[in-house]
Order: sequence, then C-alpha cells, then structure tokens
Amino acid sequence: MASANYETLGLSSDQVLSMYESMLLARKIDERMWLLNRAGRIPFVVSCQGQEAAQVGAAMALNTEEDYLLPYYRDVGLVLHFGMTAQELMMQGFARADDPNSGGRQMPGHFGQKKNRIVTGSSPVTTQLPHAAGIALAAKMEKKNFVTLVSFGEGSASQGDFHEAANFAGVHNLPVIFFCENNKYAISVPMEKQSGSEHISERAAGYGMPGVTVDGNNPLAVYEAVKKAADRCRNGEGPTLIETLSYRQTPHSSDDDDSSYRTKEEVEEAKQNDSIHTFSAYLRECGVLTETKEKELQEKIKGIVDDATETAESAPYADPETTLNYVYAPKGGDL
Amino acid sequence: MAVINYIEAVNSALREEMAQDEKVFVLGEDVGAKGGVFRATEGLYEEFGESRVLDTPLAESAIAGVGIGAAMYGMKPVAEMQFADFIMPAVNQIISEAAKIRYRSNNDWTCPMTIRAPYGGGVHGALYHSQSVESLFAHVPGLKIVMPSTPYDVKGLLKAAIRDEDPVLFFEHKRAYRLVKGEVPEEEYVLPIGKADVKKEGTDVTVISYGLCLHFAMQAAERLEEEGISTHILDLRTVYPLDQEAVIQAASKTGKVLLVTEDNKEGSLMGEAAAIIGEYCLFDLDAPIQRLAGPDTPAMPFAPTMEKYFMMNPEKIEKAIRDLAEF
Ligand SMILES: Cc1ncc(C[n+]2csc(CCOP(=O)(O)OP(=O)(O)O)c2C)c(N)n1
Ligand SMILES: [Mg+2]
Repeated sequence: MASANYETLGLSSDQVLSMYESMLLARKIDERMWLLNRAGRIPFVVSCQGQEAAQVGAAMALNTEEDYLLPYYRDVGLVLHFGMTAQELMMQGFARADDPNSGGRQMPGHFGQKKNRIVTGSSPVTTQLPHAAGIALAAKMEKKNFVTLVSFGEGSASQGDFHEAANFAGVHNLPVIFFCENNKYAISVPMEKQSGSEHISERAAGYGMPGVTVDGNNPLAVYEAVKKAADRCRNGEGPTLIETLSYRQTPHSSDDDDSSYRTKEEVEEAKQNDSIHTFSAYLRECGVLTETKEKELQEKIKGIVDDATETAESAPYADPETTLNYVYAPKGGDL
Repeated sequence: MAVINYIEAVNSALREEMAQDEKVFVLGEDVGAKGGVFRATEGLYEEFGESRVLDTPLAESAIAGVGIGAAMYGMKPVAEMQFADFIMPAVNQIISEAAKIRYRSNNDWTCPMTIRAPYGGGVHGALYHSQSVESLFAHVPGLKIVMPSTPYDVKGLLKAAIRDEDPVLFFEHKRAYRLVKGEVPEEEYVLPIGKADVKKEGTDVTVISYGLCLHFAMQAAERLEEEGISTHILDLRTVYPLDQEAVIQAASKTGKVLLVTEDNKEGSLMGEAAAIIGEYCLFDLDAPIQRLAGPDTPAMPFAPTMEKYFMMNPEKIEKAIRDLAEF
C-alpha cells in the first residue's frame, strides 16, 4: 500500500477503519450474490469486485448528507456509503417489490434512491453523464453548495454523451466530478481498443478542467483526489475528471465467460493488488486493525449479509398488474 | 438438410458472405475474440482476422456512422448493435444518414450496410435488454427492416441483407437464438427481402405475426386444431416496407384476423397491418380486426411476475384465436 499516511489526509483511525469495513461489506455482498446466482436463486449479478477501494474512497470524500450521486452498475461501494443498505441491495438482487431502486423492475446494479440523492439510472451506458451536468447546473442556478459525482467505466467514456457532458460542464464551470473507474476491460474489449491514448484523464484538458489518474486500489489516493475535486466544486472552481486504475476481478457479469478473451494468469496477477488485502495489511501496519478486530468485522459482516439475504429471499415479488403502474403521474395524469 | 438453431444460422450466413466477398466485414462491441455476447460472430475473428472482425469502441453512433462511411465508399459493413435497446445512440446516423443517402444524393451515393441487433424479451433482461424497437424505424422510408422467425429464414434473409444495395436493419429475437431450431439446406440459397411467408395454411382465423411470436402462434394453432379450429399463419419476415399483397391475401382468406406482436400495442407495426386490411379487405371481413400485443408500458420489467404479465405467450394467442373463431 502506498505510503500516504491517512492522518496527513485529515482522516482519523475510526474513519479509515470504517473505510475498510465498507469495502469489505461491498465485497461480501457481491460474493454472496455470485453464490446465489450460481445456486440459481438470483438471475443476474454484475460485480464490484476489484473496485471497492475506488468506490469507498470516493464516497468518503463526499458529503453523503447533501451531495448527489449518479453511480453505474458496479458501484455497490458508493451506494452503500450513500445510505443504501445491504438488505435493500439484496432486495434488488432478488427483484423483490421492496427493492428501493425500482421495485424489481430493473436488473440488479441499476441504482436509484431519491432519499439518499442516488439518481436513478438505466442500462444504456453513459446517459447519466449529461444528467450529472444538469444536476450540477441546477445547483449553480439555485446557489446550492452540493457536489455531484457521476461514475462510469472507461469503455463508457467512448460514448458521445461523455464528450457532450464534459464539454457542457467545462463551458459552465459546473460543480461536478466525472469519476471514471478504469478496470481495463469493457466486457471483452481492452483499453487499447477503446482509446488511442493511454488515459481517459488526458481528455480533461480539452474541456478546460483538471484531469488526474490515481491508483484505484488505494482508497486513500482516491479519497485525496475526490476530496480535492469536491473542494474545487464547492469553491466555484468547476469540474474535474478523475480516472481510477484497477482491475475487474470477475467476468463482466454472471452471463459472461471471460476465458475467451483473458487468461487466468492475468486475473490472478491482478488479484495480487486486491485492495481488500493490501488495505487490510496497511491498516495492520498502522496498528489500526488487529487480527481480532478483523475477525470481529468479518463476523459482523457475515451476519449482515445473512440477514439481508434471508429477509430479501422471503419477501414477495410485485403483483403482476403493477406492471401497469407509473407510466404517468398517478394523479392528474390519468388517461 | 442439417438442423441448426437460429443463432447458428446467423453465424453461418455471416461466414459464407465474408468468405465470398472481401468487402464484407463485421464491426461491433465484443464481436472479436469473444465472438459476440450471444456468440453470433463466433469463430469469425479466428477465420477472417482482426481487420475484418472489428471490436469497436463502446459507441453505437460510431458503429453505425463508420459503417455508413465505409458503405458509401463501397465496402459491405455488417454492424452489430449488442442489444436492440442500445441502438438508440445510433438513431441519428441511421435515420438522418443511412436512410436518406440514396434519396438526398439523387441516386449518386448509396449505403449498402446491414445493422444486426438482438431484440425481444422473455430472457430476464428487464427494461433495457428486452425491447422491440422496430416500430421506431418502421416509419422511415429508405430503411428495410427484416425480422425472421426460423433458422432457414434467418440465413437466407441475412445473406440477402448483406447483398442488398440499401441499408437493412436485421432484428434477431434473442430468445429464439437457442430455442428455435430448424432445417437449413447444405447448398447456398438467398431469400427475397420484402416477401412474407405463409407458415401454416388454415381456414378459420388468420394470424399475422413475426419473430418469436410466430412460434407462439404456431403452438397455439396446433392446440386449437384439436378443437377443430383451423388457423392460417402469415409470417411477415420483412416488417418494413410491408408485403401488402400477402397481408391482403392472408386476411381475405379467413375474414377473421389476429395481429400479434410482443411490442407495445399503440403505434406498433400491427396498426399498419390493420390499416392495410381495413383499406383493402372491408367486404371480406367477418369480424373486427384484433391486435394482440404487449401493454403500453415503457418496457418489460425484470421481476418474473411482471415479465410474464408483459410477455406474449402461446396461451394468450390461443385465447385470442378462439375468441375470434367464435365471433
Ligand atoms: C449504449 C450501450 N451499449 C452497449 C451496452 C452493453 N454493455 C453493457 S456494459 C458494457 C461494457 C462497459 O464497459 P466499461 O464502461 O468499461 O464498464 P465496466 O463494465 O468495465 O465497469 C457494454 C458494452 C450498454 N449497456 N449500453
Ligand atoms: Mg471497464
């Protein structure tokens, strides 16, 4: 783990411990989803594994009481920090009526929960970027001091919506953070087939905003970059493009077989940098985490995931006829 | 004749056309080493190489737009949209550009490209991996839209689409990919775009449909045979422009018409089919024209309860045919 001392970043030992706890919770929820999927109990999983450090590092640098989040489908770490619970995540895994994201209408990973300012998203990638610029524009118009963070994969940065949103934010100096989680692949397509340049962050110059690339396996480095970007937003200095470098540890989703486009060795090698292990080792070095504390954490999280799974699995689906609800406003919108 | 499944027919048409004409190339997301997320392009990368089986950046507007450029030059691009739902970023290129290139240049320039996309539901794909998008394009002269139901039609029509001198949207039902099997001749054949096909002769009720629903209709018809109800089934195959003559003939044959699509009802292709029948068959009709379709909600939800509610199935069609027969 990089030398950055958490104290010099203004973080307490409790805060870094909770950082680790969130990362671990995200990982354990994700691992459970895969088990449930392979056992035929949930139809689909799309995974955060390998990106927890980036997600939790970013979330901790934001104000979860007022900032807006437009996550993408891997962002279990981000949404957990913004207030979505393990149980709610399981409700979406099982597509139950009580799934706060969509009542079981959308696939897992399509987050949205207004009370926590997690903005509803769709499947077509990158559509959320212009929305983020729009929310940031509203903040500016209404003279509100909140920050908007929007995340996406490096492949998704190839869409026209990326350019249009970044350009708009640059022109209007909007308080928005474009947070690109570069995990080296877009399904099977590697970064070099996605972009002619090495880093997505290089594009920032063209939009008149700073662009940085940070180690996505180091939550402290990500925290630092996002904190700086958020401060810029709050000071009226405009948008930032941040790219985190990590590795997608699982196949693209439960429907993908990654053996046709990457080797087991490559995946195993990347797992050597798994932030769950490296950050845990770092915290032990610092004396923040001990063997017993780690065990306690693991048990606590297992309990949370067990309960969430059980409650969600026994919860009901939405009634079939509710398919017809909410095409338009329930009141006044009757046709 | 070999029995193959629907997606093998896609693969085999692509392979044959690529082997025959060097100008044919494939571009899309994950079509290379992975062979496509559904494996429609499996083996093509190995056989024809990276330069003719291009893994593109994740950008559908570029997939369509680059394809259009190459086609205007004289290449024969076959673009894949990973899901029909994700054709949306490419709509400007398809509607403003591909569809109008011949017309706007007064026949000077052409755009002989094929855009393939898997569509349709019943695969737990939720709102954005289940949609039928054909009616969005079935109002755009200059485009042809092909939506085959059987491996035989898939192969013959995809080859025709690739050879066509104008842009063709080729929508493949993703649930049919491995579910639907059928006989396909060993020797080469091509089928005409723009021609519907009678899939079953009958005398009491006419069903007009396409894609996966066609099979649901065949199953329903089979059950109804036992009750003595004889169903005539027309497969549109090309849904735009419609084969008017075939629609008129099929409707006139029984005088009772059921139009089936899994798309949302209002504004679906079936409205156009009904209009043709209304215009030409008034005195042949013995019952009001019926449309059976998905509900008018934005798309098909994920939870199995709601997906089932939305999705077409043989039971819904069986009931609708019986009601018409008894009318
Ligand atoms: C507009 C659009 N095209 C295609 C897809 C299908 N698709 C889903 S995820 C994905 C790859 C995304 O890669 P990246 O942005 O790098 O994110 P990652 O999954 O690697 O985190 C693709 C092609 C989609 N969802 N939306
Ligand atoms: Mg990626």
